[in-house]
Amino acid sequence: MEILRTESLTRRFSAFTAVDGVTFTMIKGEVFGLLGPNGAGKSTTLKMLTTLLPPTSGNAYIQDFDLIHHAGDVRRLIGYVPQALSADGALTGYENLLIFAKLYDLPRKERETRIQRSLAFMGLEEAAGKLVRDYSGGMIRRLEIAQSVLHHPPVLFLDEPTVGLDPLARNAVWDNLEQLQEEYDTTILLTTHHMEEADYLCDRIAIMHHAKLVAIGAPDKLKASLDKQDATLDDVFIHYTGDQMDENELGGNFRDTTRARRNARRIG
Amino acid sequence: MIPQERGEMRGASGSESSGIAVRTGALSSAWAFLTKTAVIAELEVRKLRHDPTEVLTRAVQPALWLLIFGEVFTRARAIPTGGIRYLDFMAPGILAQSVLFIAIFYGIAIIWERDLGIVHKFLASPTPRPAIVLGKAVSAGIRGLMQAVVIYLLALLVHVKLNWNPFALLGVALTVILGAALFSTLSLIIACIVKTRERFMGIGQVITMPLFFASNAIYPIAMMPDWLKVVSRANPLTYEVDALRSLMLQHGVGVYGCWFDFAVLIVSVVILVSIGAKLYPRVVN
Repeated sequence: MEILRTESLTRRFSAFTAVDGVTFTMIKGEVFGLLGPNGAGKSTTLKMLTTLLPPTSGNAYIQDFDLIHHAGDVRRLIGYVPQALSADGALTGYENLLIFAKLYDLPRKERETRIQRSLAFMGLEEAAGKLVRDYSGGMIRRLEIAQSVLHHPPVLFLDEPTVGLDPLARNAVWDNLEQLQEEYDTTILLTTHHMEEADYLCDRIAIMHHAKLVAIGAPDKLKASLDKQDATLDDVFIHYTGDQMDENELGGNFRDTTRARRNARRIG
Repeated sequence: MIPQERGEMRGASGSESSGIAVRTGALSSAWAFLTKTAVIAELEVRKLRHDPTEVLTRAVQPALWLLIFGEVFTRARAIPTGGIRYLDFMAPGILAQSVLFIAIFYGIAIIWERDLGIVHKFLASPTPRPAIVLGKAVSAGIRGLMQAVVIYLLALLVHVKLNWNPFALLGVALTVILGAALFSTLSLIIACIVKTRERFMGIGQVITMPLFFASNAIYPIAMMPDWLKVVSRANPLTYEVDALRSLMLQHGVGVYGCWFDFAVLIVSVVILVSIGAKLYPRVVN
């Protein structure tokens, strides 16, 4: 069953086109990876799908609601984990969840049960009363995922969910995402730079390059489509994006880079 | 509100299955607006509860103004104060000033929250934009109230003749909340326009002192040159100080009348929150 559909989704900033006519669909319950070099348009696509940025043209539909006319309805259907570690460090883990439970209108009676269940699900019961600024990077990420799925959204968006995490913390996040998908049939769209992550988690991937979608399909099929034996997802990525990066794509802009470094510092 | 947000407060059929109570109609939209505003304010209060040191450090500056500047100028008798002691005259001004100083740097937190992705999460949630902005404004008001307690203690120390009538105290609380809401929202608007911390700090410094000096906070408007009188009358801080001067002191010496002051402050807050709600979503672009 189709749960998300984009139709020529386009975003321009003055003369610069960040996302150019992106069209794809997502099936209920699948994990979909959006790959591409920095500056290829992944984050802008995600911003549009999460209603943070209105499209210049084109549209997208989540269930029966479109981004342009029913943004409020779309917001109730989605969960979103931004790239930066966005849980509030000055609050406890429990409080972070409580505030979002209230913002998503969880009924008072159900609030406590859901919060406790998601703390248990993410293995954060013992740390619930601690200030988030004392959490490790992996714990913060798991808390954020818990925060974003408290209202059981049919679709979850994650922007580079394991960036900066050590392999152990990364595996824990992967496990949580897999469990989430199995238990609640959550449809997941994630962006990533890690081919290993895309290969491990994603049922299908789409590769963006120069604001356009250049390839879409199951990782194995994409690998098989290359004229190379034992092709990896890295080969697929290089095949579609080229091994020469242009200046726009070279490592993102100054703000992205400072943000990523600050993030890395927070994780330690 | 931008067209894409027409469905803001309506429920989605998909969320029914997850047990989320969704109401419909204008009344419930208003209810949702108020409850979400309260949640955003609650968030800030919880933060303050975890780290109350801020309240103490914020007490230093008004203490200097009252205990040093105020004491000296009271002896100088250089400023016409309408028959009251200079320290009594300036105490409401210093309360308004310290609330202004807290509120005007609120925008820096918005930029910080944008960098952390907290703003993104709020905007992707079904929280009405004006509720986010008003919630922040109310939380600035709560910080302002704590500042008011500190200033009342300092005022007692220098024997300011305070008005303890409960209605007057309530009026002071309301004025402080409105003043903090007004300047914190102005700060939010600036943050949404300039978008970077460095630019914001520059502008914050540039507007704070003119707002303070071009007001009736530490001297009456009557002794200003004509051009400055015009500026002061257009400055909302003047009306905040005026309301405080009427309500806070035993022999209140407000010039414009409390109701007029309240009207100016409320209208300013409504206008600024409406502008802020339009600009806030753009901070993530």
